[in-house]
Amino acid sequence: MGILDSIPHVNAILSHRPWPRAVVTEAGWQAAIDRLVEGGLTLLGFWGEPAAVHLALLDGGSADVAVVTYECTAGAFPSVASRHLPALRLERTIHDLFGLVPSAADDLRPWLDHDAWGQSYPLSGRNASREVRPYQFLPAEGEALHQVAVGPVHAGIIEPGHFRFTANGEHVVRLEQWLGYTHKGIELLMQGANLEAAAKLANRTSGDSAVAYAFAFARAAEAALDIQVPRRAIFLRALMAEVERLANHFGDIGAICNDASFALMHAQTGILRERCLRAADTAFGHRLMMDVIVPGGVARDVSADGIPAMRALLAEIRKVFPRLIELYDNTASLQDRTVTTGIVKADYARQFGAGGYVGRASGRDFDARRTFAYAPYDQLSFEVPVLEAGDVNARVWIRIREVEQSVELIAQMLDLMEPGEIRNAPPAGRGGCEGLALTEAFRGDVLAWLRLDGELRVERCHLRDASWFQWPLLETAIEGNIIADFPLCNKSFNCSYSGADL
Amino acid sequence: MRKTLLESLTYGSLTEPAPAPDDSALAELAAKVDRAAQATLGRSLAIREVDAGSCNGCELEIHALSNAFYDVERFGLRFVASPRHADVLLVTGPVTKNMRQALERTYNATPDPKWVVAVGGCAIDGGLFRGSYACVGGVSETIPVDLHIKGCPPSPTDLLKGLLALLEHVSGKR
Ligand code: SF4
Repeated sequence: MGILDSIPHVNAILSHRPWPRAVVTEAGWQAAIDRLVEGGLTLLGFWGEPAAVHLALLDGGSADVAVVTYECTAGAFPSVASRHLPALRLERTIHDLFGLVPSAADDLRPWLDHDAWGQSYPLSGRNASREVRPYQFLPAEGEALHQVAVGPVHAGIIEPGHFRFTANGEHVVRLEQWLGYTHKGIELLMQGANLEAAAKLANRTSGDSAVAYAFAFARAAEAALDIQVPRRAIFLRALMAEVERLANHFGDIGAICNDASFALMHAQTGILRERCLRAADTAFGHRLMMDVIVPGGVARDVSADGIPAMRALLAEIRKVFPRLIELYDNTASLQDRTVTTGIVKADYARQFGAGGYVGRASGRDFDARRTFAYAPYDQLSFEVPVLEAGDVNARVWIRIREVEQSVELIAQMLDLMEPGEIRNAPPAGRGGCEGLALTEAFRGDVLAWLRLDGELRVERCHLRDASWFQWPLLETAIEGNIIADFPLCNKSFNCSYSGADL
Repeated sequence: MRKTLLESLTYGSLTEPAPAPDDSALAELAAKVDRAAQATLGRSLAIREVDAGSCNGCELEIHALSNAFYDVERFGLRFVASPRHADVLLVTGPVTKNMRQALERTYNATPDPKWVVAVGGCAIDGGLFRGSYACVGGVSETIPVDLHIKGCPPSPTDLLKGLLALLEHVSGKR
């Protein structure tokens, strides 16, 4: 039974692939929200257009996905967030960008709009103005509470965002984030762009997940156009995706330990991360592997010394990494900081559909590579580690286990890869079409949705980072911890700012 | 732990099995930066990094400057937490409008003499994000820039070369 069987809808959009999209009336819209609230479905995405809003829904049990669309004929839609909290930031964003009003919304504070763009509702197609009020943080009341404001410029070399802590002595009573500082207007820049230009923008949505975004964008375009990708390209893409995952996991494991004042681990994993980037550079001509994945395949084949570089990388990791795991496991002062710190409750992880290590460390057994079994992962064997503790330590261990899995995945791919074509050129003159895809970035699932016109230009594209559903959980994870543990909690999430601000 | 520490002391594999051809060039480059910083400033160079809306790619490579391969601290390049301690602002990103004010404030909080280095294609002219309703464009449209370092993102070696060029430029002006 498909998701849409239990959601009354008016008509299905036939050019939407590979999963269905259907237009619903208010009854259908409410039915979809009911299913989210009950927990039968998980929210995958929520985005707008000048006169419509879309909800992407996942049935975790059957791995079924569907998109439902509500046409905002009166410039409004029934609020999703007032009934299902994970939708809140997305709903505020839809209001900021399109001026569509979620009716009966409890929270309509701007999210991305800091009143600095010189216009309101920039994606609405009309030049409207909105009433501007100073941003109100949520209150926390009680005796002896004080506020600590951090950012947007932080002390380290990290992305900008604002954190408002309310603390009672050392203990955090409430953390509230306000992001949007890196909002670049990517979705509007994509409109009207050809596939090549749009793919470049997708690549730069979040630099640490450049490959994952390019991969998701390409797969969404290929789904829309209903085209196949040559077998060799399929392997090269996943090879890059796993190298990217390795590099980031090494960086994160070290950075988390560094925030617990254990610099030795940081130094060691930093070496492994650099090895990954150098191997990537040798193989694909770019350390972050930008602009290699394109719709239809890959732009260039791996270099002659790329494969030996990859094999050398695997050998190095296999030699060094077990010692680092031992080091992590046997350092009491480190464990003292990470065990039981920053716990994300399993219920929240499930409700928010938290992806990646945040979800998997809190018992949510989801990985887009396995759930959707997109090529070449359907031909490879790997495990998805899941833990229950939900603390910083569990998030470190998930990364450790995933490093091991990625090493094995790369080894399998190197063995299976055969010479051959690397790109099928996208066909012209197909007519308008729509595609949806999810890929597993290092921090969780990335969603890409797009509509192409007959000339292969992007009419509308929406990209959704895993961070949208992880950031709010960081607010819950810090409660009751001390402010000094915030960097540790934060690093163990390593949410994207740019990926979420777009 | 002790075992790993001891192994680290004799790790050796950074220059093994074969040293990357550009590693010695890199050390030489970094040493030059050090000498130039000493000559110019009479001390080490304190850098405050400001992300003015980058995709984070540039940050990753700036981070890499501190790993064991580049280890720029040994050559007197230090990343500092506050603009008040900084000689140089290393700015990335197409300067989003939401970050413009924070960038200006950071610049104003940095004591003279100070230099601004715009890092990456975005920081030069907005890069791929140029023309967006949400971006100002190059860093120089908000604060004066002394040097641009190209790349998307620039590699750690490019970053070092850029910093050296800055120091040489500065001492040449004196
Ligand atoms: S220059 Fe490139 S890597 Fe740097 S922030 Fe801009 S898009 Fe990202």
